[in-house]
Order: sequence, then C-alpha cells, then structure tokens
Amino acid sequence: MQTPTGEALTLFDKLWRSHLVDETSDGEALLYIDRHLVYEVTSPQAFEGLRQAGRRPWRPSTVLAVPDHNVPTVAAHRSHLDQIADPLSRLQVRQLGINCREFGITEFGLNRVEQGIIHVVGPEQGATLPGMTVVAGDSHTSTHGAFGALAFGVGTSDVEHVLATQCLAMRPMQRMLVQIEGELSAGVGPKDLILHVIGRIGTAGATGHAIEFAGSVIRAMSMEGRMTVCNMAIEAGARVGLVAVFDQTVCIDAAEVRPMVTWGTSPEMVVDIDGRVPAPADEADPVKRASLVQALAYMGLEPGTALRGIAVDKVFIGSCTNARIEDLRSAAQVVKGRQVAANVRQALVVPGSGLVKAQAELEGLDRIFLAAGFEWREPGCSMCLGMNDDRLSPGERCASTSNRNFEGRQGPGGRSHLLSPAMAASAAIAGHFTDPF
Amino acid sequence: MMSFTHLQSLVLPLDRANVDTDAIIPKQFMKSIRRTGFGDNLFDEWRYLDRGEPGQDAAGRPRQPGFVLNQARYAGAQILLTRENFGCGSSREHAVWALRDFGIRALIAPSFADIFHGNCFKNGLLPIQLGAQTVDQLFQRLQERPGYALAVDLPTQTLRTPDGDCLHFDLDPARKHRLLNGLDDIGLTLQRAERIRAYEKLRRAAEPWLFN
Repeated sequence: MQTPTGEALTLFDKLWRSHLVDETSDGEALLYIDRHLVYEVTSPQAFEGLRQAGRRPWRPSTVLAVPDHNVPTVAAHRSHLDQIADPLSRLQVRQLGINCREFGITEFGLNRVEQGIIHVVGPEQGATLPGMTVVAGDSHTSTHGAFGALAFGVGTSDVEHVLATQCLAMRPMQRMLVQIEGELSAGVGPKDLILHVIGRIGTAGATGHAIEFAGSVIRAMSMEGRMTVCNMAIEAGARVGLVAVFDQTVCIDAAEVRPMVTWGTSPEMVVDIDGRVPAPADEADPVKRASLVQALAYMGLEPGTALRGIAVDKVFIGSCTNARIEDLRSAAQVVKGRQVAANVRQALVVPGSGLVKAQAELEGLDRIFLAAGFEWREPGCSMCLGMNDDRLSPGERCASTSNRNFEGRQGPGGRSHLLSPAMAASAAIAGHFTDPF
Repeated sequence: MMSFTHLQSLVLPLDRANVDTDAIIPKQFMKSIRRTGFGDNLFDEWRYLDRGEPGQDAAGRPRQPGFVLNQARYAGAQILLTRENFGCGSSREHAVWALRDFGIRALIAPSFADIFHGNCFKNGLLPIQLGAQTVDQLFQRLQERPGYALAVDLPTQTLRTPDGDCLHFDLDPARKHRLLNGLDDIGLTLQRAERIRAYEKLRRAAEPWLFN
C-alpha cells in the first residue's frame, strides 16, 4: 500500500484506512471496530444507556466480556458470586452477567477456566487478531497492539457507542516511531525497556500519538514481551502501541537499557538499579520541581538515596503488564530454592488468566512460589489497582510488576515501585531492591 | 447531553502537573453502576483527612483545610485551572462524571491526556487548552485577586478576563458543533447506518473469518 505521493504507508495508516467507514469533509473519521472487550467496572452505565434508549448491540458476536478488576483472587471467595465480600464489587460482577445474558454477549465468568485479565484473555482466546481494531473501556487496551492490531482504550460513553453502532467517530493520531537497536543485556527485559522509554520521553511524551515499536530488539522479542511493551505505551501518553512513518522518531541503544525501578508517583519518575532518588534542587523547571517535591514526600524518600537497598514491605507479581506465563517463568527462575525475606509482609503471585495459572501449575511454578513463601492466587487485576481486597496499607512500600505508581493506586497511602518480574522476585528474596539474581 | 454555549464563573486553581484520573476519582468509587453521585468524592484523597468509602455522608467528614476545594473563596467555581497532562492514566469516565457532578463545566490547562479529553466532550465538559505561559499568568492573577472570574464563550472560542483581555482557544469543529447543540453521538452515528452496513458487506467478502 502506498499514499498518492508514492510514500509507503505505516502499519498505523494501513489499519486506519482499512477500517474507515466514512469521513466527514472536515476529516473526522467513522472507524469500524472489529473486537470489543468488556469488563465489570466501565460497562454498567453503557448497558444502562442502551436499555434507556431502547437500543440493542449492533453485532453482539464481536463482544467478549470477562470480570477482572473487582474479582477476589482467593479461591474460597469465588465459588459463588455470594462469596464476594464487598457488596459493591459483587453488584458489578453480577450486573456484568445480567447484562451479557440480556444482550446476547459471550462472558467468561468467575466459574470458567478462561476467566482472567481481559488483556491476557483476548489474545489467549484468539479474540485479538492481526489487522483488527480492538477497543475496551480500559486504557491498557494498547496491549493488543503487540499483535499488529489497532487497539486503544475508550471511556464509557464510547463503550456504549461501539455497542450500539460498531463504530467510533474520531480523528487519526499522529505517529511516533520508537526504534530499539542492538541487544538487551542479560537480566534486562521488556519491562525495563518500556520503563526506560517512559523515563526518556516522559509520561505525556507521546500524547496524541500512536507509538510503533521497531528495531532489532523488538523483532527478537517474544509475544509476551511485546505485549508488556505495548501495554505501557499509555504510560507515555500514547493511546496506541504497535509492533510492525512517522511524525517523530525516538532511537534507543539497547545497551543503555538497565534493570529499571520507579522511585516516584509517575511512571516517568524512573531510574536504573544503580541510580539514586533525584534532588528537586537540580530541576530548573518550577512545575516539575514541585512535582518532584510532592512525589518525594508521598513516597517517603530523601533525595540522593540509592535505589538499591530501599526495603520493601510487599511484592506483587501480576497485572495486564506482567502476568503471562513468560513473566511467571522469569520470576520463578529467580525464586527457585530461595526464601522470601523476613521483612516482606506479603508476596503475591496473581496469574493473568485461568489458562496461564493452569500452565504454570503444569510446569510446577506454583510449588516454587509457595515453597519460597509467596501466595499463589486466582486470576484477576488484583493489587494493580486494589479494587478487590488485595491492596497496600498506608505507608507500605511495594515492589510491583504493574503499570502505575500514582498516589493511592494500590491502596490509599501505598507506595508503589514499578519493575520487571525478575526484579520484583529479586526484591522479594533480598527484602530490598537489588540487581536481578 | 447538556449543551454548552456561555459560562461566567469563579476559577478553581489546582496547581499540579500530571493529575491522574485515580486522583480525580479514587477506585473505590468506581464500583457504582450509575453515572451520577460522584461529586462528593472528587479529589477525595486530597480533599478529606479520612479514608473515603462509597455511600458515606460527606457532610461529617474531616476536610483538608489547605485543599482548594475546601476554601470559601472558590466556592461555586465552575472552571478548573490546572497544569499540563491533566487526566492522565486510567480511562475511567467516572473522572469526568465526578467533575461534572461537582459543578465543573470547563477546564483550562496547557494539555490534557487523550482519553480523558475525549470523555469530556461526551459529557458537556469543555476542556480549554492554552499555552503554558498564559496558564501561568492566570495562576498568578488568580492568586492576587480574590473573586477572579472568567467568561467562556464557546461560539467565538474565547475566554474574557476581568482585565478585559480576550484569549482565543482552538477546538475541533465537529466536537464544538456537538457541544453547542448538546447532540447525542450515538444518534448521529446511527443516521449513517447504511454506510456501516455497506462497509460490513465489503469487509465480510474480504475477511470472512471476522464475521463467523
């Protein structure tokens, strides 16, 4: 495919054009949506909207629903919906089932082995395919870009719009190429790479853009790894992350990427394991300086403190960023034959889906984690955002494989440090941040 | 959707960059299955001294006196002035519902996160983008002058200051049209149902596996 001037089209352009239903004279597109993933938190108001307007889903067969954000990860609390302790969570999970039955939508409920985090389940079930447009009422929908799909998060009004019309009215994003050349060092993985990128371009560095990840490192990367990288494109402001030009190019030398740990309250507040907590006095921009001061106070850290050696209270291995089989293997390799440090109050492993969990158990990973003192849980979003009972208490410091270190994200007053599964497992064993074992 | 044309109001200054949607409406309040009732919990963790739970009566909760929402001089403000990348993070539309429910009708910032920005227009909330320097000046004026109010005029895309300055802002014409007329997006798209069906027919022929 080429543009009228003979220029080759980018992957983004091809996906955009092949889904164009209509275009207004001022350039607003009506874009066709092939797959719509739905979960319990951002959909009830959309279904209620359909009901009030007397509308039906345009193509119910394109919708796949899974409860994930609110679900308990303790087996005993999942055997029946009545077992969900929190009445509001129970209501949302139950309402999803009611809505799916009423509108003829396939749902993998809590009693199904396929249940899990929606961004793990979609690809696992073949619901995400190359060349598709994929949306969900969740910002981490960018994950599905790993498959060469145009995938992005939307709000609840758009969830309703896609249900009712199979389309979205929108304008194309600008395109950004992030090219990673060379070879990643031992102990450095996809999570370190994407944190490095976010640290480099900033949390709003790709606002208004779709990022296409390319280069030798991406070509050599596993699908799980590509999903981790695309998942966190939104943490650099990009609604879309794709693997396959460009209004902007960022070049990264793979040799520069080191094991990364965030220290602050935005994913861009990140340094490598040899780094130190930055000093606000060194920041010239007053708005940025104020952000640093606020972040240090919230995180309970002093400028100049070495990241290596900061003690952790909890460790969370899970989330749509890092709860696939490859992530669990990488963490288990570190943990094998070792023990969780005495100062770590809780170390959780929450697989991304029932199928990931079953595969891990087949490989004996559950026994490795349990023997080391980790808890082995049922699938769900869990402590990534603490909508279920898994959360941090005020002041607790957590090594987390999730995607957001915002204030209160993992529980009010909780302090989150984002890192890779291998780094989180190493922190659990050492009791503090350290190089991957 | 409620239409938007003019607005004259006090301005609430929130002097922070990268305010995320987790801060705008914390997750425990997303367990509602309704679109309303979020206003009392807007910026909950910054606004109150205790931990907020859904269904609680906000009247008796201890407030953080230093936080702008608790200061009498800004009571009734319908315009929120803030810093860059407002609304980043989670796609939760609950953040926009909370702002609307509290009474905010317009936002002013140097930049907004994409998903949040789109969600605003679906709910009659006008996000106004101005240069970082202009925003900085507005923060200063606001600090100096209690009772500082701005007048927003959507048809002419202008903001008028008490000093008589007129600031122009850019806006997507399609979104402006929908906002001015309070149009229902879904209804508008369904008027193009024949186009959608024609597209599906072509697509089904080319990629039948997507239609199984």
